[in-house]
Amino acid sequence: MYNFDVEMPGSVADAVSAMGREEAQALGGGQTLIPTLKQRLASPSVLVSLSKISEMKGVCTGEDGALCIGGATVHAAVAKDGFAGLAGLASRIGDPAVRARGTIGGSLANNDPSACYPAAALGCGATIVTNSREIAADDYFQGMFDTALEEGEIITEVRFPVPEVSRYEKFVQPASRFALVGVFVARFSEGVRVAVTGASEDGVFRWAEAEAALSQAFSENAVDGLSVPADGMISDLHGSAAYRAHLVGVMTKRAVANAA
Amino acid sequence: MRIDMVVNGKEAGGEVEGRTVLSSFLRDQLALTGCHVGCDTSQCGACVVHVDGQAVKSCTMLAAEAAGSEITTIEGMANADGSLNVIQQAFQDHHGLQCGFCTPGMVMSAAALLKENPKPSEAEVRDYLEGNICRCTGYHNIVKAIMAASGQDVVPVAAE
Ligand SMILES: Cc1cc2nc3c(=O)[nH]c(=O)nc-3n(C[C@H](O)[C@H](O)[C@H](O)COP(=O)(O)OP(=O)(O)OC[C@H]3O[C@@H](n4cnc5c(N)ncnc54)[C@H](O)[C@@H]3O)c2cc1C
Ligand code: FES
Ligand code: FES
Repeated sequence: MYNFDVEMPGSVADAVSAMGREEAQALGGGQTLIPTLKQRLASPSVLVSLSKISEMKGVCTGEDGALCIGGATVHAAVAKDGFAGLAGLASRIGDPAVRARGTIGGSLANNDPSACYPAAALGCGATIVTNSREIAADDYFQGMFDTALEEGEIITEVRFPVPEVSRYEKFVQPASRFALVGVFVARFSEGVRVAVTGASEDGVFRWAEAEAALSQAFSENAVDGLSVPADGMISDLHGSAAYRAHLVGVMTKRAVANAA
Repeated sequence: MRIDMVVNGKEAGGEVEGRTVLSSFLRDQLALTGCHVGCDTSQCGACVVHVDGQAVKSCTMLAAEAAGSEITTIEGMANADGSLNVIQQAFQDHHGLQCGFCTPGMVMSAAALLKENPKPSEAEVRDYLEGNICRCTGYHNIVKAIMAASGQDVVPVAAE
């Protein structure tokens, strides 16, 4: 790693001013960023650690009934306090040591095409709250490793509308522990949302056809005969594009069958 | 910058750079070389230590972020009289190690598991060890040792 300064602000306001320093970068749990720095793929001059900002940690229920999760909340805390689908997702990210450090804000800011949280945020229609604005999940994810965040913007909170039932099914890529394909299904009174991670070269996406069918009838059979095209799917040594496209259907069915 | 923390019950501190990771601080400055570095990329779990009671990969945490915390490493696991603690003894009794490189991380993860879940099932033990890689044992005897350390009957656990 190239050397850098470390700032440890105690409030969002102090973090925002520290982010104003030249070549500053936010440090969440470091589970992605520290390995990246070791490979010298990034060279910030100052890391602004978010881990000591208590107003950015914890899970609570907002006035509108939404589940509000601080941007620096670790996966282990969401595994304990999230609703069924979200807690299940968080409890299967990586391993216990990764879950003790990695944060929801870091995962959403990074937007790895195989990461789990993007599927939950898009699948629930969550709101990503930053130090300066609120961004709807539908506008937030802009392709592999790309988001609507501006330079220096910090995710302070993520608000999830709580679904009636939900479930995340992950086909694990065992070497990385990320999703080879992961599908988040959430049923709300207004309809069903289905978000897919790990599959597309454009990152997380909604599967509109399955949403329409499942909104009509929330059962595994509703997905029968539906398929996503293999065009634009990731193809690598772990799985071809056609295989990933097939897994999208399988994981969607499993998510519906196990929704709680 | 100057950092201070409590390591294995004793005050410890030193000067570090921003980029110093906790595993380097423990090994190079405090000479606690039981904290092994296998991959240095948060994959293998050889470097697992406890920070304020939580199992973390010390190669993927900045030493600066551990300032003010209580750290426990494998060197802090033995009983007060120097004898092996119950988990360490079970690893010896059940042949839970061969080369021993993964062992400090395995013992630290096992201790974190048993604190959270004193009587885990075999599946829960295997699940908890997801982030700890062993290249020698094939895991059976590690799982067996942890089951034994939790006071459970180990006969049905492993392929002999
Ligand atoms: C062995 C291993 C297995 C893993 N398995 C999985 C898995 O199964 N599924 C999965 O989804 N992920 C997995 N991960 C990734 C893990 O969830 C990371 O914790 C996560 O991707 C990044 O979160 P972090 O808090 O560690 O962020 P960091 O690594 O600290 O930061 C990542 C990026 O986000 C930025 N950032 C951090 N916090 C914020 C914030 N609040 N606002 C704005 N920007 C911010 C940083 O500047 C950086 O660019 C795994 C990681 C490892 C090491
Ligand atoms: S050395 Fe830290 S996880 Fe491998
Ligand atoms: S005993 Fe050799 S790596 Fe586990």
